[in-house]
Amino acid sequence: MKLKKKVPLIDQHDKYGFWGGKFGGSFIPETLKKPIEDLTIKFEKLRKDKKFLKKRDFYFQNYVGSPTSLVELKNLSNHLGGAQIWAKVVSEANGGAHKIYNATVHALICKSMGKKYIVGDTGAGYAGKMLSMAAKKFGLKCKIFMGAKDIQRQKPNCDAIRKNGAEIVPVYSGSQTLVDAVSECMRYWVSNCDSTHMCVGSTVGPNIFVKICGWSTAQISRELKNQLIKKFKKMPKKIKLINCVGGGSSAYGFWSEFIDYSKKQIELIGVEAGGPKNSKLHAAPLSRNAKIGILHGAASYVCQNNEGQINETESISAGLDYPGVSPIHCFLKDTRRARYTFATDEEALNAYKLVTKFEKLNPSLEPSHAFAEAIKIAPKLSKDTICIVNSCGDAKKDRDILKKRLGKY
Amino acid sequence: MRDSLIHQTFKITKSENRPALITYTVAGDNTKKKSLEILNSISKYADICELGFPHNTPIADGGQIQTSAYRAIKNGIKIKDIFSIAAEFKKIKKNKPIILMGYYNMIYQYNENRFIKECQKSKIDGLIVVDLPFPENKTFAKKCKKKNINFIQLISPTTSSSRIKQIIRNSHDMIYYISMLSTTGGKLKVSPKKILKEYSKIKKQNSSKNVVIGFGITEKTIKSLNKADGLVVGSVICKAITDSINKRQNTVTNVTNIVKRLKNRIK
Ligand SMILES: Cc1ncc(COP(=O)(O)O)c(C=O)c1O
Repeated sequence: MKLKKKVPLIDQHDKYGFWGGKFGGSFIPETLKKPIEDLTIKFEKLRKDKKFLKKRDFYFQNYVGSPTSLVELKNLSNHLGGAQIWAKVVSEANGGAHKIYNATVHALICKSMGKKYIVGDTGAGYAGKMLSMAAKKFGLKCKIFMGAKDIQRQKPNCDAIRKNGAEIVPVYSGSQTLVDAVSECMRYWVSNCDSTHMCVGSTVGPNIFVKICGWSTAQISRELKNQLIKKFKKMPKKIKLINCVGGGSSAYGFWSEFIDYSKKQIELIGVEAGGPKNSKLHAAPLSRNAKIGILHGAASYVCQNNEGQINETESISAGLDYPGVSPIHCFLKDTRRARYTFATDEEALNAYKLVTKFEKLNPSLEPSHAFAEAIKIAPKLSKDTICIVNSCGDAKKDRDILKKRLGKY
Repeated sequence: MRDSLIHQTFKITKSENRPALITYTVAGDNTKKKSLEILNSISKYADICELGFPHNTPIADGGQIQTSAYRAIKNGIKIKDIFSIAAEFKKIKKNKPIILMGYYNMIYQYNENRFIKECQKSKIDGLIVVDLPFPENKTFAKKCKKKNINFIQLISPTTSSSRIKQIIRNSHDMIYYISMLSTTGGKLKVSPKKILKEYSKIKKQNSSKNVVIGFGITEKTIKSLNKADGLVVGSVICKAITDSINKRQNTVTNVTNIVKRLKNRIK
């Protein structure tokens, strides 16, 4: 299994949609074959269409608010000693997280396919919030599928979704979290694929959804590359790009321009949700060595039992609370280009406390997992090492959880 | 494979000028023992029995079948139990075809070859894998055929005509036509006339293939589709199990009565 240079990772799959011969694919019911084929043809056309690219860039700049800033966290770095810690504050993007890139692109695709309805899944509520925003902006009718447990724990985002005029469909099956929301959303699409476009909220699902999402969030790394060269005159010699991984859309978006660099120069570190310290449950299929399985139409490392039933997961972070992961991250793991680890609920909370104590930054629980890793490794690293964390979400949505766990928000 | 039990069954139903009645129940719903009892009892009226292997993330099933699947898993059903239910059934009803239906991850985890071997041992006649469409299923379908197990291809209203051609060419003795854009258990939202029109497009390409129709078939709708080679009823049966449990009634009797009535409507 080998990575190709100069070819975007999203395009390094075979004719059946597999990365590295075994991750990804399209394990879908027959009914979805045609809609997925139509979407694939449309997307491949649009991404080569100069007019469409211009439109995308226009909305990224004027609607999403590109570029988001790259800031040095001097106080935190001084406190920890060792490496310099930087943050790319992707939470500055319209709506407060990276999910806006994928949502905007899907809304544009939906429009150009002539469909009037769009549906999507959400865990933390950001993917749902952004899709409802984009739907409103482009005049589409929108339904968001969300687990009942997540509706309770991410209330601020639910309020936003409803305010944008979208309907939230609560999902009561299974663990009532993201995994169930994605299943229910796919079921809805099976029944309504003639009139409705589906957006998958991360780089998961059948091959084409991985590609569209990765293509959209890759904007983050294009910005970062420019910013680094501008700030440092040339690409620094020791960089670590640290990102939380749920489905993996934020991490892929953060890394995509840097995959061709050597691991020695630019290390890619993905941080999954380790769950509560004393719990057996987690949402870390890559770093805790889950087996390959098929979930939501793709083969990837999946938390499951040996009968192929998908395991329940547990994480304080609704956005990371998912048993599967993107096939492209499985590929990056097996080719050893990226390294994956996890942070527990407690480590993420401590990281949140430390970051907010020293910096004017308010990362949500998802990027707090990435900060936990940065905090762990920075003291051991040299002064000329640059650790950049993707601060991809704003903590407003976690208000209730943070109040409960830390006594204040 | 021309003389597979499935093919023979269709020969008989065709000679009787009626569609084959195909039932779907979930293995282990609500217990291993009960689901075998149900299977034995309904097979008096059903021509072919589909046995679902329950999965906890079923992306193409509606509420009724999900409920049955979750219930079976909660009651501890394992893959080995599913094979033993099938094997026990085939011991008693040698000539009744049984088809296993489920999602690919179960087969993938079990290992394709080992799965097929177990199917042979339990005398499984056919397999339906919901999320392994053509052409991804070509290799697996070939392996099944080699061991005299029918791999049943699916066709849906969204399937293009060139694709239908290829699928038919790669099919074995039975093809499953999905009546409408829906998960299982949806209300029939397309007129029977329209469904039969699509259906006849498939038959026209190769009339020797046995094509069955499923999704949205109830006591009310079954008669309107009786021109098909076979008709599959699933959610109605799963719902009857749920209702019987809730009312503390005898599931075997209730389900059998429904299957009997379904059969009477198409005789
Ligand atoms: C702020 C934030 N970060 C990360 C994630 C995890 O998703 P992904 O790994 O696709 O970026 C989510 C998902 O909801 C999120 O809202």
